[in-house]
Amino acid sequence: MHEKSIAELATALKDGEVSSVELTAHYLRRIETLDDAINAYVTVTGEQAMEAAKAADEARAQGNAGPLTGVPIAHKDIFCTEGTRTSCGSKMLDNFIAPYDATVVARFKAAGCPILGKTNMDEFAMGSSNETSYYGPVKNPWDTERVPGGSSGGSAAVVAGRLAPGATGTDTGGSIRQPAALNGVTGIKPTYGRVSRWGMIAFASSLDQGGPMARTAEDCALMLNVMAGFDQRDSTSIQRPDEDFTKRLNTPVKGLRIGLPKQFFGEGMDAGVARVVDEAIAHYKGLGAEFVEVDLPHSDLSVAAYYVVAPAECSSNLARFDGVRYGYRCEDPKDLLDLYMRSRGEGFGPEVKRRIMVGTYALSAGYFDAYYLKAQKIRRLIAEDFATAFKDVDVILGPTAPSTAFRLGEKTDDPVTMYLSDTYTIAVNLAGLPAMSLPAGFSDGLPVGLQLIGNYFEEARLLGVAHQYQLGTEWCRMAPGGFE
Amino acid sequence: MSLSLDEVRKIAHLARLSVQEEDLQGYARNLSDILDLVQQMEGVDTQGVTPMAHPLDASQRLRADEPTETDQRDHFQGNAPAVESGLYLVPKVIE
Amino acid sequence: MEWETVIGLEIHAQLSTRSKIFSGASTAYGAEPNTQACAVDLGLPGVLPVLNEKAVAMAVKLGLAIDAEITPRSVFARKNYFYPDLPKGYQISQYELPVVGRGHLEIELEDGETKTIGVTRAHLEEDAGKSLHEDFHGMTGIDLNRAGTPLLEIVSEPDMRSPREAVAYMKKMHSLVRYLGICDGNMQEGSFRCDANVSVRRRGTEKFGTRTEIKNLNSFRFLEKAIEFEVERQIDVLEGGGAVVQETRLFDPDKGETRSMRSKEEANDYRYFPDPDLLPLDIDSTFIEQIRAELPELPDEKKNRFKTHYGLSAYDAATLTTSREMADYFEAVVEQADAGQAKMAANWVMGELSGALNREGREIGDSPVSAQALGGLLARIQDNTISGKIAKEVFEAMWAGEGDADTVIEAKGLKQITDTGAIEQVIDQVIADNPKQLEQYRSGKDKLFGFFVGQVMKQTGGKANPAQVNELLKKKL
Repeated sequence: MHEKSIAELATALKDGEVSSVELTAHYLRRIETLDDAINAYVTVTGEQAMEAAKAADEARAQGNAGPLTGVPIAHKDIFCTEGTRTSCGSKMLDNFIAPYDATVVARFKAAGCPILGKTNMDEFAMGSSNETSYYGPVKNPWDTERVPGGSSGGSAAVVAGRLAPGATGTDTGGSIRQPAALNGVTGIKPTYGRVSRWGMIAFASSLDQGGPMARTAEDCALMLNVMAGFDQRDSTSIQRPDEDFTKRLNTPVKGLRIGLPKQFFGEGMDAGVARVVDEAIAHYKGLGAEFVEVDLPHSDLSVAAYYVVAPAECSSNLARFDGVRYGYRCEDPKDLLDLYMRSRGEGFGPEVKRRIMVGTYALSAGYFDAYYLKAQKIRRLIAEDFATAFKDVDVILGPTAPSTAFRLGEKTDDPVTMYLSDTYTIAVNLAGLPAMSLPAGFSDGLPVGLQLIGNYFEEARLLGVAHQYQLGTEWCRMAPGGFE
Repeated sequence: MSLSLDEVRKIAHLARLSVQEEDLQGYARNLSDILDLVQQMEGVDTQGVTPMAHPLDASQRLRADEPTETDQRDHFQGNAPAVESGLYLVPKVIE
Repeated sequence: MEWETVIGLEIHAQLSTRSKIFSGASTAYGAEPNTQACAVDLGLPGVLPVLNEKAVAMAVKLGLAIDAEITPRSVFARKNYFYPDLPKGYQISQYELPVVGRGHLEIELEDGETKTIGVTRAHLEEDAGKSLHEDFHGMTGIDLNRAGTPLLEIVSEPDMRSPREAVAYMKKMHSLVRYLGICDGNMQEGSFRCDANVSVRRRGTEKFGTRTEIKNLNSFRFLEKAIEFEVERQIDVLEGGGAVVQETRLFDPDKGETRSMRSKEEANDYRYFPDPDLLPLDIDSTFIEQIRAELPELPDEKKNRFKTHYGLSAYDAATLTTSREMADYFEAVVEQADAGQAKMAANWVMGELSGALNREGREIGDSPVSAQALGGLLARIQDNTISGKIAKEVFEAMWAGEGDADTVIEAKGLKQITDTGAIEQVIDQVIADNPKQLEQYRSGKDKLFGFFVGQVMKQTGGKANPAQVNELLKKKL
């Protein structure tokens, strides 16, 4: 059962080949036996999942089934789930039982998808390797000595390891795409504002965006149909009519103009990654797509601008974790200042503290203009680069990450080197564009991801372009050894 | 760009983060490295560029003035480290 | 004499919306602690703000009333600091681009002159919760019901030169926000409060002295006392050769002193930046015109109308228009009584009614005698049913809940006696009973006329029409 995609499972459920109870129980058994090896779940909600599966089967029996009713999924532990611990990968929220559902969670519940559990992640989504989690790192199912990427490393790993048919993730600077690439799965970060942020614990509000991770583009489209939509609780949610993201899956890519940003093909990319991307380009050429070089002159500055904007927003967003109303509180605070200093000092890990401090510094008196304002200006230049490029091309293509999965511990001592793993993904978040990663091959036995970037609101087109590739390749159907 | 230990102490205090003395050096090095990375922005001419605070060029949507929330105090205070008589407790605040 | 005081006020007016500025929690006052603090107000992980339209409309209303520019695109910013009554660790406020720009307000000075006070800006922000310092085993309790209540912070220019001017400005603004219906003005509940920036400089110098900020003044009297004390203190410091330290101070009403608030002193680096959870607030001319059309008659316009239309004195017109409620009450009285009786109505509203209200500490809105009832009473004076003196007795009975004017007059038999025959009968009796006084009067002691009037009134229980009594007595004597 677990080798089936979401689309295939939906058909099997519809045709009565399998029930949601059977399917959910099957996944729970796999989690039970296989998750210890990769540490991808921080909480497994078996009982609730089985109840929801039963309800899904009943709904189907009564003729009330939607397209995904009965398909179990997993949520990144950044989405609040009422009655279940929502830790955000942090000691700070280790004892936090969310008192409400995130909109994304509520939508999947309404769609009849049982929740298998909550997936591990970098603490407060700050990391590119899942090593900053309070619950220990997730291991890459393709090689458990290696990282799964981050911050949605747990979600990527459960999909790769067939421990969930699909999972939700969030992407602030590449947190869906980079782990998708490193685990050989498909993931899409939608246009900023497509998916409600209500109940999604904020890292950097103007960059954060939730999205689906699954094996195929078609599965991502089906999940996005559930996730996306206007939410009045989120002021930054886009008011647009609901869209069917599967509508362009079958559109051929013949004549499609694909842009190759010269800045994405310079030094810094591993040879193995470059080879895989070249092969993908060749495949698209074979399908009749045209390639042109595009210039994104300011994209090299995206990491620099991002490491001002994201920490600045996070320093403020994480101020609410103060040990007063919920979350970790230090033992015997001697006064109010001590309560704040130690609750936060002990509750947050080093990477979160580093980013809070960088952001605090960038916003403080005397530095605001040189850092924050400057970064916001560069952000505009980056967005304008994309706008110019999209006058000429339909989509932009490049690598998702400069290398395949690296070894656990390899970059933990050097934050800056770690930050550069997001060098190709960050510009997209600054501009607010949709982008996705899809598996395109292997280098030394490790998955390589291909990134597709679209213009605003062109998720359906991106998913179609990816689907056309996946129809003619097998990469998205491959499973890591031990998880087949 | 090199931050002194004192500057790190000051930032940590402003952010209300206790940092152990022995960790200060490490933070100073990391933060300085990050600021060096960020320094790349310096050379870029951004004169006349409007800062972009938000990816969407849209305006704030307004909500009708209607009370829609109900009392969930007990539900919410289930997560609180210390409450009494419905109040959240903190060490004595001196004004 | 050589020192000049410079004062600027930051007034915080709680906007009387039903729900909070960024959440759907109720703003009703006096609920059990934390029962009106929803997920957004508590700053739970993952929650987001959505702006209340009414709060924006109210801010615009004030802007129009003070002739200010409405910012077409204003921005919400976060003011970052840690405090237990500030759940998110930042306050959503407006910094560089407030919704209301520069405006002005005219105040009346004691000498009858007027002075224009500049308003720098007014911006929308959320209120914080409350810290309760009663002892919870040495802990402080936090109630977040107030957190997220909409506030309009109205910042004045440093245009006031005395505590009296500051009070006049605050009173005028208080009256204005209540006229506009955007704030209930309840100062005891903290709905209307201010911070005062105070400095002194040698008369004739242009440069401002170093200022201090006195926080959270919630009565006109405290404002006056606090500034008076602070001015004295600063002058003492300067004359003693010292320097005023720029700081935040707190007024202690019991001691009548201000003292330094050291806890708020350290490193006020608020790290303002645009709130990424909110988008820029665009206000178009349609919205503005819609609100302009809803604007009520403002205090100054009403005052002028009272003078011209009702022929009231400047003093009466100003007093009656201090609050919209009083002005409305007055007009309702006049309408019920008689348009010609405006002066009498003014006297009753400012005299008997205000006196009774003050005695019981009531607001005009919950006066036991309604405007209609008072108008009815004045109508009975007008049509000679009762005299002005009896009317006061009737008013007391109405205040005590004994019914409307007619009911009281009827029940107590206070109807004026206007029947000539009946009055003559009493007069004849009084003359017959007092032969000695009659003799004295007839022999030239004119003063005794008053004695006979008194006797007649006594006999009739004060109900005889005084004019008729005079006339008939003269004839008979």
